[in-house]
Amino acid sequence: MDRLDQLEAQAIYILREAYANFDNLAMLWSIGKDSTVLLWLARKAFFGHVPITLAHIDTHYKIPEMIEYRDNLARKWNLNMVYGENTDALNDKQTFPDGNVDRIQCCRNLKTEALKNTLSGAWKRYRMNHETGKYDVDNNKEPYTGVIVGLRADEEGSRSKERYFSPRNKENDWNLDDQPPELWNQFNTDFAPGTHIRIHPILDWTELDIWKYIERENIPTVSLYYDQGEGRRYRSLGCYPCTTPVESTAKNVAEIIAELESGKFSKIAERSGRAQDKDDGGGLETLRREGYM
Amino acid sequence: MKNEDFLRLVVVGHVDHGKSTLLGRLLSDTGSLPDGKLESVKAYCKSNSRPFEYAFLLDALKNEQAQGITIDAARIHFQTKKRDYLIIDAPGHIEFLKNMITGASRAESAILLIDAKEGVMENSKRHGYLLSMLGIKQILVCINKMDLVDHSEKRYEEVKQEYSNFLKEIGIKPKGFIPISAFEGDNIAEKSKKMDWYKGTTVLDFLDSFEKSKASFEKPFRMPLQDIYKFTDKGDDRRVFAGKIETGKINVGDEIVFLPSNKTSKIKTIESFNTPVMDSALSGESIGFTLEEQIYVKRGEVICKKTEKMCQSSSLIKANIFWMSHSPLTKDKTYYLKVGTDKVKMRLRSIERIIDATSLDSNNKEQVERHDVAECILELNDPLAFDLAKDIEELGRFVIVDEYLISGGGIITANMDKRASKIQKQLLLREEKWEKSSVTFEERSVRFAQKPCMVLITGEKEYDKKPLGKMVERELFDHGRNVYYVGMSNIVSGLNIDIKKNSSEHVRRLGEIANLMIKSGTLIIATASDLTYEDIQMLKMIVGEDEIKVIKISSENGASDLLLKPDMDMKENTIAILEYLRDERIIFLP
Repeated sequence: MDRLDQLEAQAIYILREAYANFDNLAMLWSIGKDSTVLLWLARKAFFGHVPITLAHIDTHYKIPEMIEYRDNLARKWNLNMVYGENTDALNDKQTFPDGNVDRIQCCRNLKTEALKNTLSGAWKRYRMNHETGKYDVDNNKEPYTGVIVGLRADEEGSRSKERYFSPRNKENDWNLDDQPPELWNQFNTDFAPGTHIRIHPILDWTELDIWKYIERENIPTVSLYYDQGEGRRYRSLGCYPCTTPVESTAKNVAEIIAELESGKFSKIAERSGRAQDKDDGGGLETLRREGYM
Repeated sequence: MKNEDFLRLVVVGHVDHGKSTLLGRLLSDTGSLPDGKLESVKAYCKSNSRPFEYAFLLDALKNEQAQGITIDAARIHFQTKKRDYLIIDAPGHIEFLKNMITGASRAESAILLIDAKEGVMENSKRHGYLLSMLGIKQILVCINKMDLVDHSEKRYEEVKQEYSNFLKEIGIKPKGFIPISAFEGDNIAEKSKKMDWYKGTTVLDFLDSFEKSKASFEKPFRMPLQDIYKFTDKGDDRRVFAGKIETGKINVGDEIVFLPSNKTSKIKTIESFNTPVMDSALSGESIGFTLEEQIYVKRGEVICKKTEKMCQSSSLIKANIFWMSHSPLTKDKTYYLKVGTDKVKMRLRSIERIIDATSLDSNNKEQVERHDVAECILELNDPLAFDLAKDIEELGRFVIVDEYLISGGGIITANMDKRASKIQKQLLLREEKWEKSSVTFEERSVRFAQKPCMVLITGEKEYDKKPLGKMVERELFDHGRNVYYVGMSNIVSGLNIDIKKNSSEHVRRLGEIANLMIKSGTLIIATASDLTYEDIQMLKMIVGEDEIKVIKISSENGASDLLLKPDMDMKENTIAILEYLRDERIIFLP
């Protein structure tokens, strides 16, 4: 087995452990390359099906193509697709692009709070109706007790300290100093009432692993990752007011792999185009402790 | 990136012996740092009036920088000319032992650091001991901070000798020793000019000489069953048995056995998504397969091959345990033990000895406390399929869950139930030769609105259980169930007339009778006094752990499915039993 085979087998194992142990399980799908690889791995784990709810947090500042891509794949792969949002903050214009709060507060409002309340079922969830192709208000208000997230340890400092199964308390806090042990392939799959567990199947993958896997499996990705002739592409996708592309002429997956292997970006952090990271002291640590992914 | 060759490495050692410094140095010297990282850490140190140290490179988290110690096992990638490394920086402070163990349990190789000036400390020893227990065989010992002892060969040899002697006592032979200074970069990537008495290689070259862990596909086949999928609602009629192959290989057409249930079948197809059709699979792969013959098994069972050595099943095991929780492991509490994908209720029967990992002395304690290593006997509520760690470590290691969290881990060193292996052999033969009925279990189940099983009422002799058994039988019969009450005396003076009074053979035959009656679709109510723990476990093996419910009438607490008090009257106890059977869906509405 080569490295990708090993990573794939481990991720599938974790996904199946999650599915076997949690009744209310959701997988966060940001439309980015990592969580899309995760979605693909779920299809592998469950032999072509995705028996897990896909949850998306819509900030309404995502690049429009991303939402279109999301709904197309949801229809094509027959996904249980749900989204949530911070309606109040959007209506009250408590966002950075509206000029009323700083970047960190905007992430807090549109992502952290929206996520917390979508997962707990406190705020409205919208579920795709495959008959109409539209989203209806979801009647299921049960909290998700297991949340699968496509974060990778090599993205930035705090993520490198994660476990595969990471218990979070009622307030969504991450008690970094006192995480329970996780040995071999035995995970913390039990949880106290009111708490939930975050599950990280692709924790050990690198940016290059992701692209090589996308190539090997021929996984569909958003075109924003590729240069459209202007000598620029996105390396990490987020909200458009806070995400800048990198200079690159890579027009397809093979060219991105070649670019990464050339070492062109080896000394530039993958999330360097994400402005909130810098505003949070470079570590994203404040946001992540509060429940940011 | 060299895909085929990547090694997981853990760096351990006593607190402040220089782990993070070594890692910072490895990253920097192999050119594996992102641009600006070094500068930003330097700037941070400057603005906080602290001298720059390589260790800060890893301490991306603010609270770590405040405390100056690595809190968790961080994952870092770096590469040498030869291969990629996934490196796990494990904290050395005793408070964070569970993080060190978390990191080390995933590694194939280890660097153990010892401060040349301070010498061998408590955690140098404890970490050495735990590495061996975790199964890590490739260990490099680096004697660090040589710059603080004037690069003295004599000091290096002293420390090396002391630590070698300790490792020898616990049966570990390290791959090598290297004198280094992580702070100054001596013998890390470049040979040091200050220690020309040292003739060996650098740390990086030494790491490159480590071998990937030996392929485990040459061992007997083991796959813990993770789940059984049937996505009928998505128009898919396959019944797929899914799991990750821990050891060995499997081919289409192979005959397999599920343990501890002893159910057998044959591989029909190997299933996968977006790959060419597979007719065989190897250890390490997450796969699924369909079977020729449909059988009822459940998550947690271990799949073995009929033609190979199979795993054992038993509910009484001896194990080496390390405990990581603030609340101790005690005899009066029920825990969960997880091996492979199985999870069984567990109790601590006895502590054979507590080993002080630093002095290797044994001492007597009534409970296993945080950071103790102990040899214990554990009793399980149901039979468990496993291997001894020395044979197949993948199926010989476990964690213990206390309340909601993993609190301890360990390895299985012996099967303490000698009867169990004999019974298992008999059962394998029985299952192989069993003539299957043309009427299915489900058909019988539906006809009487019951799940046929054995309801065993046991407990203290003083309480007469026979009238209770008969009252339960009457109630169930009057409600249309197919039920029969069996007393021990029905068998002892008939079928068992040929065996001695106190033989465990009585219990075995009760089990086989019950098994036949369950297969016939009957709900059996049995009463028996003075059954030992081993007797009940034997019954569970013979009739199947899901086909038996143990109801105990006792004034003391103890392992059972339902505990009733002797001072309740018979009517109350009957109602409690019927309620329990409804809750467990043993009886249901037609």
